[in-house]
Amino acid sequence: MKPNRFQYIAAQSIPDALRLLNTHQSDVKIIAGGQSLMPMLNYRVLNPQYLIDIGRILELDYISEKDGLIEIGAITPYVKIENSSLIQQHLPIVPEVIRHIAHLTIRNRGTIGGSLSHADPASEMPMLMRLLDADFEIRSESTSYQISAHDFFLGPLHTVLQNQELLTKILIKVPSPQMGWAFQEYARRSGDYALAAVGITLEIKQQSGKKIIEQLKIAMMGVGDTPLRLSSIEALMNGQEFSADLLDQAKHQIFTELDPRGDLQSSAEFKKHLASNIFTRVMSEAWDKANSYQIGSTRS
Amino acid sequence: MSEFEIQDQTLWCIVNGQTIERKVESRLLLSDFIRHELNLTGTHVGCEHGVCGSCTVLVEGKSMRSCLMLAIQAQGLEIQTVEGLGKVKHLHPLQESFREHHGLQCGFCTPGFLMTAIDMAQSGKSFTREELKEGLSGNLCRCTGYQGIINAVAYYFEQIGILQTQESGDSL
Repeated sequence: MKPNRFQYIAAQSIPDALRLLNTHQSDVKIIAGGQSLMPMLNYRVLNPQYLIDIGRILELDYISEKDGLIEIGAITPYVKIENSSLIQQHLPIVPEVIRHIAHLTIRNRGTIGGSLSHADPASEMPMLMRLLDADFEIRSESTSYQISAHDFFLGPLHTVLQNQELLTKILIKVPSPQMGWAFQEYARRSGDYALAAVGITLEIKQQSGKKIIEQLKIAMMGVGDTPLRLSSIEALMNGQEFSADLLDQAKHQIFTELDPRGDLQSSAEFKKHLASNIFTRVMSEAWDKANSYQIGSTRS
Repeated sequence: MSEFEIQDQTLWCIVNGQTIERKVESRLLLSDFIRHELNLTGTHVGCEHGVCGSCTVLVEGKSMRSCLMLAIQAQGLEIQTVEGLGKVKHLHPLQESFREHHGLQCGFCTPGFLMTAIDMAQSGKSFTREELKEGLSGNLCRCTGYQGIINAVAYYFEQIGILQTQESGDSL
């Protein structure tokens, strides 16, 4: 339960970190908060020769907003995002989701970029980024590019990141203040990894006296090798009037379409039940919230 | 790996108000540094993979798991362990409350609970009993059944004016 030997290097800046990554490539791991990496080092599941600490690079630790785009530096800790007034104002779903991540002491040290790079299919941040259509900035010594959260996750603990690349920032468009949202997860104990979780955002359009679902986005985690977006269900419900029948139809289609792996804690069948039932609750909650925003802002 | 030379690093930090400078191995966990190098054995090591919460200390005033941190990552930072909280003959009011409310039996998990509760107390927030339980849910206890611990922390929070009664608990 002690890590194997490695050389620790504290990177002083982003260029410094990128240079170190480029030099050591195959034998290197990046550490920031280390709340997922340290257990793997302690168990010796990972035995890197070099450990590059980016946790002191202040230019990676920030939250800002410009022209309707929120930027979060990769090593910004959960607790800072949860308590950020900017995030609370523009993206209230984010603090709500963060409160489901592990425990207080883990959220004090764990970072958003760390969670995304680690890419555990049962962790909240990857799912939330797909729900919010986030983009990630990735840098290496020779390149810098942006990639959509939808293209970033390849499988359990597997992303597009190459050895010499570093996730540096997360970009999220400020959504409409009228966006309804909800998130629920089911875990055996508070703070445990979720067996399944669902996040939904939507807007309501008034059309000839009817309330129509618009901009519906549905994301799930724990029921696939990566966080999922349920585009077929979004297509089914978008442009429709919200009704119990439609909800039921969506629920059954989700049950049919999901193909999770069973594990020690739950069978695949149970996960399908769980996810489709959580979906109905989350959909209703998001719908109610969007409705309450409409009433609150109606002017005639 | 054989021809690869790993150098010790010089760690400078502040532990319980005292400036420390030591040579440490890169892989040394903060928990082991605190216990084995500084002989501060009040910080307990249970699971060593971030599940039990026994090794919780304050780093720059925030609760963190010292088994999920390398000693060298504490470079230049201020650490507080349970030894910095109170003394045997002069207990911190939170420790006094644990004694009063049967918040411990064997005592193994206690330092972790204390440091987590201190972080919550210093956060500037106030807590309902439910939120208090949620805040402590990252620490495991195998003796008490938790009620004594929750009562002890609730009493202390009440004393310092950050316990919300259930009636006014809707002000999230």
